[in-house]
Amino acid sequence: MKTYIDTGKKDTRSGFGAGLTELGRTNPNVVALCADLVGSLKMQDFIDENPERFFQTGIAEANMMGMAAGLTIGGKIPFAGTFANFATGRVYDQIRQSIAYSGKNVKICASHSGVTLGEDGATHQILEDIGLMKMLPGMTVINTCDFNQTKAATLAIAEHDGPVYLRFGRPKVANFTAEDQKFEIGKAVHLYEGEDVTIIATGHLVWEAIQAAQKLSEKGISADVINIHTIKPLDEKAIIRSVKKTGCVVTAEEHNFLGGLGESVARTLAENNPAPQEFVATQDTFGESGTPEQLMDKYGLNAEAIIKATEKVLKRK
Amino acid sequence: MSKIKELEDFATQVRRDILRQVHKVNSGHPGGSLGCTEFFTALYQGGIMEHKPEFNMDGKEEDIFFLSNGHISPVFYSVLARSGYFPVDELNTFRLIDSRLQGHPTTHEGLPGIRVASGSLGQGMSVALGAAQAKKLNKDNHLVFALLGDGELQEGQNWEAIMYAAGNKVDNLIATVDLNGQQIDGSTETVLPMGNMKAKFEAFGWDVMEIEDGNDMQKVIDGLTEAKSRTGKGKPVCILMTTVMGNGVDFMMHTHAWHGKAPNDEQLETALTQNPETLGDY
Repeated sequence: MKTYIDTGKKDTRSGFGAGLTELGRTNPNVVALCADLVGSLKMQDFIDENPERFFQTGIAEANMMGMAAGLTIGGKIPFAGTFANFATGRVYDQIRQSIAYSGKNVKICASHSGVTLGEDGATHQILEDIGLMKMLPGMTVINTCDFNQTKAATLAIAEHDGPVYLRFGRPKVANFTAEDQKFEIGKAVHLYEGEDVTIIATGHLVWEAIQAAQKLSEKGISADVINIHTIKPLDEKAIIRSVKKTGCVVTAEEHNFLGGLGESVARTLAENNPAPQEFVATQDTFGESGTPEQLMDKYGLNAEAIIKATEKVLKRK
Repeated sequence: MSKIKELEDFATQVRRDILRQVHKVNSGHPGGSLGCTEFFTALYQGGIMEHKPEFNMDGKEEDIFFLSNGHISPVFYSVLARSGYFPVDELNTFRLIDSRLQGHPTTHEGLPGIRVASGSLGQGMSVALGAAQAKKLNKDNHLVFALLGDGELQEGQNWEAIMYAAGNKVDNLIATVDLNGQQIDGSTETVLPMGNMKAKFEAFGWDVMEIEDGNDMQKVIDGLTEAKSRTGKGKPVCILMTTVMGNGVDFMMHTHAWHGKAPNDEQLETALTQNPETLGDY
């Protein structure tokens, strides 16, 4: 079985910051906006090197999204960063009208998504953002799994013409994808070939899926594991091909089971290849204060939860 | 013929276009459109904006305009069409299925002249700000104009933008507020009093001027010309422009009743009689 090595824990938001810094050096059209969370979003290096290309809007996310839309007129590629909660729910109508419906080339960069934001609690832990963003026509939705993938995604979305929602997080997590990877929007990454069950994970749950697959292997269960970094457009071919082979699926995400990756997979399979599915996700609930590890455990978002879901779905085959 | 008389004739034809558009589909917003007819005519026909009807979304090396209160699309469409952005005949398709002339303006159907969708109120000022900042980055000395409704200023996003623009010295932006004192549910005074708008903008750090009669072509031209001369001096410029909703049609004036209501056949005839054809109907 292939081994994925954690080269040292890093936060995905730092991957975003590193990608943005590189874009600042390589793409003169890239500009950045932030609503008073520069430190949290790791944008300082970009700002130091390109002060004239940075717009601090203050605690005013609606204006930030509108300004980002306006900056595209004149050829700029705006990266608008704040916490996922304030980058989606708070400004849904601004994104809907001024960005998505208007077809503007804005990159919405959302940190601190999900429960792993931790101690700040449920007011800041959005678990609905993937659903909100994937429902917008024309919006590309990406949720990255580690530092390297987030950096690669940040570089890739600058080359993509159209609105993008890039979702990442706060905690330091395993960094295991290749440093020099090419990030292809809409293309699933196949992590393990297996026969018994398909495990489809996104974001912080990808590393957990790898751990789960290794433990399942010790129990004689062979898992086909797919890393879905792009939830929309979804790599339906990769999903159908895998589930045709295994006959059942577990989806895993740090998001509500309503509106997330799991539902997109379920719809794809309902249309093409119906199969039993278990959802590792939050169960229509808000989060709460705690450490990331405690919260992942309490809300059933780790390798152990994936293993349990696998055992359950295998019985339904 | 004097330039002002020419512009007034143009405006009269635009009023006919507004009335005929909303009458045909029995929907749309004639009141605010009729009130802003002189403003749009001055911008696009009166030499206020340097603009390119061949239309390029990026709007580089030209002045650009954003309509925030998108419901007054009939006046915008008429003036764009008669300024060469798209065929005047296309006004026939306003609000019809498969049209580029949606109820509220959008880029989605590719209508030349529109740079952002508007209709959900309160968003246009922010977009104009972003476009103004892009012009500065591009070292493009042209201006960004925006029009906002007065009732629309009840939306909080405007005040985020108003604070930002002054704080960051966005002085290539001219935002005009259409002070007609009316909104859907009644007068702004009864729905939510706006207070002293001039004092509010000034307190936020804007250079504020007034056009006391926004339905007097000469005064609109003079006001906009004056506003242009105030740009580039470290402050965003605000014009508080008093207009009469429904201007040019006697029974539509001084009431909010015609904010979003179309005239019937008889009312249309009366209204058109008050605005005789000048440039030819579409």
